[in-house]
Amino acid sequence: MPGTLTDDIEILDVGRGGGTDVPAGGDDDGEPSGGGFGRVPDRAYFTLIQLSLAGITMFFMALTSSLLVRKGLGNDWISFTLPRVVWVNTLVLLGSSVTMQISLRRIREGAIASFRNWWTLTTALGVLFLFGQVAAWRDLRAEGVFLTTNPSSSFFYLLTALHGLHLLGGIIALLYVLFRRWRRSRITQSTAASLASIYWHFMDGLWIFLLALLYLGR
Amino acid sequence: MVTHESGGHHHPPTGFIRKYIFSIDHKVIGIQYWFLALFSVFVGMFLSLLMRLHLVWPNLKLPFTAGGVMLPETYLALVTMHGSIMVFMVLTTAPQGGFGNYALPIQIGAEDMAFPILNMLSFWTTFVSLMVLIAAFFVTGGPPIGGWTAYPPLSALGEIVGPGQGTGMTLWVVGVMIFCLASLLGALNFIVTTVDLRAKGMTFGRLPLTVWSWLITAILGLLAFGVLLAACILLLLDRVAGTSFFIPGGLVVTDTVITWHKGGSPLLWQHLFWFFGHPEVYIAILPGMGVASHLLATFSRKPVFGYKAMVGAMLAIGFLGFCVWGHHMFVSGMSPYSAFAFSIMTMTIGVPSAIKTFNWMGTLWGGKIQFTTAMLFALGFVSLFVTGGLSGLFLAQPSLDLYLHDTYFVVAHFHLIMGVAAIFGIFAATFFWFPKMFGRMLSEPLGKIHFWLTFVGVYCIFMPMHFLGLAGHPRRYADTTGVNFLAPLHTVHYFITIAAFFTISAQLIFLFNVIYSLIAGKKASANPWNATTLEWSVSSPPPFDNFGGVVPVVYRGAYEFSVPDAAEDFIPQGLAPEKVGRAH
Repeated sequence: MPGTLTDDIEILDVGRGGGTDVPAGGDDDGEPSGGGFGRVPDRAYFTLIQLSLAGITMFFMALTSSLLVRKGLGNDWISFTLPRVVWVNTLVLLGSSVTMQISLRRIREGAIASFRNWWTLTTALGVLFLFGQVAAWRDLRAEGVFLTTNPSSSFFYLLTALHGLHLLGGIIALLYVLFRRWRRSRITQSTAASLASIYWHFMDGLWIFLLALLYLGR
Repeated sequence: MVTHESGGHHHPPTGFIRKYIFSIDHKVIGIQYWFLALFSVFVGMFLSLLMRLHLVWPNLKLPFTAGGVMLPETYLALVTMHGSIMVFMVLTTAPQGGFGNYALPIQIGAEDMAFPILNMLSFWTTFVSLMVLIAAFFVTGGPPIGGWTAYPPLSALGEIVGPGQGTGMTLWVVGVMIFCLASLLGALNFIVTTVDLRAKGMTFGRLPLTVWSWLITAILGLLAFGVLLAACILLLLDRVAGTSFFIPGGLVVTDTVITWHKGGSPLLWQHLFWFFGHPEVYIAILPGMGVASHLLATFSRKPVFGYKAMVGAMLAIGFLGFCVWGHHMFVSGMSPYSAFAFSIMTMTIGVPSAIKTFNWMGTLWGGKIQFTTAMLFALGFVSLFVTGGLSGLFLAQPSLDLYLHDTYFVVAHFHLIMGVAAIFGIFAATFFWFPKMFGRMLSEPLGKIHFWLTFVGVYCIFMPMHFLGLAGHPRRYADTTGVNFLAPLHTVHYFITIAAFFTISAQLIFLFNVIYSLIAGKKASANPWNATTLEWSVSSPPPFDNFGGVVPVVYRGAYEFSVPDAAEDFIPQGLAPEKVGRAH
């Protein structure tokens, strides 16, 4: 049924449930944005991060089911003991999530110097984790366990490498948050830090999941 | 339209490279995608013509097969590249990357995509992926011969299993991986833009159905391409690093016993691939559904029949698309119980599909139908969607699929529904938005000649293939000379090849129309179709920031046609209620 003019008058309240209500054109510091694209509201960045995590989840779920199927269908799966250093790495990564939360609290309180210290520590723990993962690979190689040795080791190298790659992206994001000049940007440093933290905590949780998978599924 | 001054009005780039090559303007990027698809579709069609010629005249010397008679492996390489280029570079890019990019931000009242630089990266990553795929033609051994589905172990073992399975196959895997990344980036941008950048008043219930279709397509892309990427990484490792994810032990290939792989599962690839592959079918067709719905309403001068049901049906198709991948694997030896489950789920898709079809009919019913070329292609889409969909009901039943799976029946089915129907959606969108994109109208007389030749042509090509399939004619065979039971079917092949030749030739009319109209087409007004959505409220082509520095406000749904008491038979979404003329 076509609407009538009366219907139109009833829906005059254009703001009701609509899209972007107020164009978020200006910056936090009151300067005009560099261009019209500055209208993108902060929440779009949060949507972007959350959606990315959905995509990343599908990616790792595909690999998880591959592991389960490969292990279930083949008869050549040989267990190996995970290098001890991965447990240390896990503590390091968990610690980085804690320091990140402290850091976030600092920036929201306006304690910028303290924020920078805690943020730097978080980044350093991330880097330490990656070095730790490389150390785990070296331990395995020393024991003669290589990528092609067995499907169990193939999945270990693959999943740790792909998680490491994603975490490396996180480290780059952390450095970006730390070193970018935020005065003339579309979002505040605090918002950027919050965005990076969502990704970082997700990578932390993802590692716990992968570790459980590799440990229980070894 | 209500005009508020925007705080963030910005200026277009001036240099050629920033304006046309590395542009961050969604309109330019949309046009770039469209040209990429146009180039790809002609490459893909040319490959299919070579295949058709070879099927009928197997001893014909073709200039592009090193001047000699085509070898069976060359034929298989053509099958692979035709499928890969058409599916990835045409059906995935044009409807979404092309028209979605061009129209979505304007239709929702946004200045651009949420993340313009990301958008530019998506296009250029797609471009690199196309170049890597095409590079497979120029390496030793040529393109891969394993089909666009790249089933292992054939795709995993390297050149020992045939020419093209060496470097060509590696390039294919890498190209598809790059394409996955490009599609993921694009999908993110589409969803964020639709969710967070709608203009004031543009509620979800007022979104044009095109926007709904692009949004749902983007969600499918986001959830599906990551899975293909994971599968391709495993395949690449099997190929170059010596792992055994997909390669079982004990294979004997051309008298060589494969001892360096063992224990892998080719079925694992099939599961991963089709978990992506079936949603991919909807990634190709959903935008066509959106465009068809949009155009049927516009050119019937009636609101879409059952707007909410249309949205619900698309959401249902999108969701069910993730539950039916197993129907591509009925012949893989799967448990009949699994097959039964996949079969039921697959046939369930018939319900939302039927809802859409009936609603399209309902939209047309009693309308003042305007048979523009765009409308003809939209109607053609509905026709082909129904024809192609009906054979899907046969194939959804394992007992029938076991017989039909490797025959031409399947070729007919997926070409009609995924290939040609989606292409008709692309043509409909092209004729509809060309005036907006380039500021000039495409020629209607040439368009109609092109439509009728193509419409009759594709039915002449693909309908007979059903009979070939029912008669047991296997697909993917390069040459059936000497196979007695297939000899009587040669006449059918002959007919199909002639039809393909004429249909492909008719596409030159389209190409001519595009080039001619770009140069000398009739200048387009802002709203040549008397359409309601926001892109028709601005000049053709629109200004750099889409709305010339004013913030659009939306007052009503997207399909206010033939409203009683209104002076005109359409009320634009952005027209303030006090400005709506009343009939006297």
